Amino acid sequence: MVDASCPLPLPSGDVILLGHGSGGRLTAQLIDELFVPRFGDPELARLGDAAVLDLPDLSNLTNLTNLSNLTGEPEGPGRLACTTDAFVVSPPRFPGADIGSLAVFGTVNDLAMVGARPLALTVAFVLEEGLAIAELTAIVDSMAAAARHAGTRIVAGDTKVVERGAADRIFVVTSGVGLVPAGRHLDPSRIEVGDAVVVSGPIGSHGVAVLSRRTGVAFDTDVVSDSAPLTDLVEAMVAAGEVHALRDATRGGVATVLNEMAAAASVRITVDERAFPMLDGVRSGCAVLGLDPLYVANEGVCIAVVAGADVDSVVSAARSAPCGGEATVVGVVEAGDAGVHLRTGLGATRPLLVLTGDQLPRIC
Amino acid sequence: MKYLDEYHDDHVARGLLEQIDATVTRPWTIMEVCGGQTHTIVREGIDQLLPDLIELVHGPGCPVCVTPLTVIDHALELARRPEVVLCSFGDMLRVPGSTDDLLRARAGGADVRVVYSPLDAVRVAAENPERTVVFFAVGFETTAPANALAVRHARDLGLTNFCALVAHVLVPPAMTAILTSPANRVQAFLGPGHVCTVAGWADYEVIARDFGVPIVITGFEPVDLLEGILAAVIQLEQGRHEVENQYARAARRDGNPTARDVVDEVFEPCDRAWRGIGVLPASGLRLRPDFVSFDAALRFPRLGPEVDEHEQCIAGAVLQGRAKPDECAAFGIDCTPEHPLGAPMVSSEGACAAYFAAGRVARVRAIGSATSAASAMPATSGRAPGGIDG
Amino acid sequence: MCLGVPGRIVQVDEQAVLRTGTVDFGGTRREVCLAYVPDVRVDEYVIVHVGFALCVIDEAEAARTWTLLEEIGRLDEEIGGPDVTSGDSIVRPGGPGDRT
Repeated sequence: MVDASCPLPLPSGDVILLGHGSGGRLTAQLIDELFVPRFGDPELARLGDAAVLDLPDLSNLTNLTNLSNLTGEPEGPGRLACTTDAFVVSPPRFPGADIGSLAVFGTVNDLAMVGARPLALTVAFVLEEGLAIAELTAIVDSMAAAARHAGTRIVAGDTKVVERGAADRIFVVTSGVGLVPAGRHLDPSRIEVGDAVVVSGPIGSHGVAVLSRRTGVAFDTDVVSDSAPLTDLVEAMVAAGEVHALRDATRGGVATVLNEMAAAASVRITVDERAFPMLDGVRSGCAVLGLDPLYVANEGVCIAVVAGADVDSVVSAARSAPCGGEATVVGVVEAGDAGVHLRTGLGATRPLLVLTGDQLPRIC
Repeated sequence: MKYLDEYHDDHVARGLLEQIDATVTRPWTIMEVCGGQTHTIVREGIDQLLPDLIELVHGPGCPVCVTPLTVIDHALELARRPEVVLCSFGDMLRVPGSTDDLLRARAGGADVRVVYSPLDAVRVAAENPERTVVFFAVGFETTAPANALAVRHARDLGLTNFCALVAHVLVPPAMTAILTSPANRVQAFLGPGHVCTVAGWADYEVIARDFGVPIVITGFEPVDLLEGILAAVIQLEQGRHEVENQYARAARRDGNPTARDVVDEVFEPCDRAWRGIGVLPASGLRLRPDFVSFDAALRFPRLGPEVDEHEQCIAGAVLQGRAKPDECAAFGIDCTPEHPLGAPMVSSEGACAAYFAAGRVARVRAIGSATSAASAMPATSGRAPGGIDG
Repeated sequence: MCLGVPGRIVQVDEQAVLRTGTVDFGGTRREVCLAYVPDVRVDEYVIVHVGFALCVIDEAEAARTWTLLEEIGRLDEEIGGPDVTSGDSIVRPGGPGDRT
């Protein structure tokens, strides 16, 4: 219903217009009526140019985890972690998640991989003119729910609108800051020969879920994206034993992050192809399209490199934690030239390299 | 997955390897024809596990690898036309033309779309009457029935904005060309399982007889390949040369007559150039006169010049089993998956790509090859509509 | 070449212009053209390539061959060939324990 006395022009209707990014009244309307109430954060609601956050007493962070197994690590204040991510997934909604929840959990997980609990997130939207506001609202609601689930907040934001065709509906860019407890140091430089390589859960689910909704290769699947926050899983593993390094296996799948870790640490990693858990729908979806699950994206799976002596306790703790129910040892760090090797089902061993670009469905 | 998982059983596989080991007494050279078979062999490390007396050489059964350079360039030309939507199987997107590939063309604004089925391309045409859809119709006998039905379906729908750039190839002439070469070393073949599912194996009986080579029609999973290799070795050791069917759950001597009838209705044999090999008579398929209005090559004749292959590329020798990928001077150095000089480095089951992915750069490069290969990070495109990252 | 994947027919649409059906590949389902397997029935298995069923799997033949293959596998197991799925492979640097 139009209020003729209202100084604003006619209601914008149900789509994003260029005006929503101009900083003027349409922008304010979007912020006041959508972002602020839906994200529900008091600092965000202040609408300052920047969010200002109280830092917790950093010396209290040592209570978050059992550090008695770390020797030689200096006590003292914890450290700040920060990260940024861009999300452009198409289509923006797919089984199990959407670009919004993906953005929140992806950012939280980047922080978790260095052992940080998230303090706060920011989000910037690049919206394509013509995007349905109902679709934006659904994504915002999803982000708010994801932030609550992950135990964090969205405290600052920005919005730009580009003309039709200059963006694919919606792009989301985030940043996140988190706090690493004193004495905790998760980094490939800590990886040693004899360490065990653990995967936290079944692989390939996110990539298959997204692909199942892509025009041209669509199929029906039981598989949903595994997008989820891994903070609690990380805390459980770190508390249970000596975890040396973590990486979440997003683009390029587990094969790519294994290579990143091997290269960063200059070690040889050997993994057993049969050890990686995966859902039946991932196996069959990859078979139909000719894809290798080891290279398929995940959003709720990480690789943990763990001191050999602690692997059983760490895996056991992971299995009792959220998202870790199928945590499995898949390999070992060995002496030798840096790189990743795969032991095949038949018992042969071959190098496992990174791919040039994305995997494409094949007919051959 | 039933009828797939069982054929990965490692006890059965190892049992077959033991039988092969117990049977072989002399060196033999066996060629697997299909790229999909090459893919499994290299991926599973089967050639590493076979006794040294058996040498596997990889054949030309990779339509991506054998599609001529000039056809790739033609596809690129068509893709760049503003009115054209080029629909293609994913395999073709990274194959290098003389200056470019379809993926780069798309980055430059060409409307290139990956399809899983040729019927998806027909649907794109039906839904976009103002555009012209060009479907890149490549493949062996296995894919011809699908492509044929797509063209016929487009005709039945009355579509005038659908056409096909046809580059179909046939297996038997390629096998004959390999066997008639004076440099040939191949003594037995693992025959193409899915090609024979469609086409049957009467043509292979002629080859087996005329050239005295065993041909075992073989499937694509590890147990299939090992069973096929064992059958080939037994024949070789016994001096027999027959066609045998390992892939009995799918392939029959008569193939699929319904499929062949539709292929015959839409396509006819023609001479065809094979990339790296040259023209083989009656080795390809083209659209019959009744369907010429669907021929993209006639609707949009090629404008650009003929270009030669990269001079360093020895794809022809590799595809015919006369050279191994790591015997090429450019392998892993000037020719890599990021910068391929020829098609076998691009296709996921091209012999060169398979060797590279299995890490066989070590022969050619210095120490640290595994490291440098492993740290060659992918040029992540962020989001590729045909790709799968989120 | 020729990626062909086995799947089970779960539904057939006789009314479609091109005979089509739904094939279940074990958690993944897709519409498949059945024009080349005109006599196939629900619950039979087909090999699918680029969205087309190319043949019906001969289950009797597969079972017959599998019996022979299974025997070969059983012999390997009895002989005690290296079990690549056991816990004593290279992937267990630490102590014993189930690794699945």
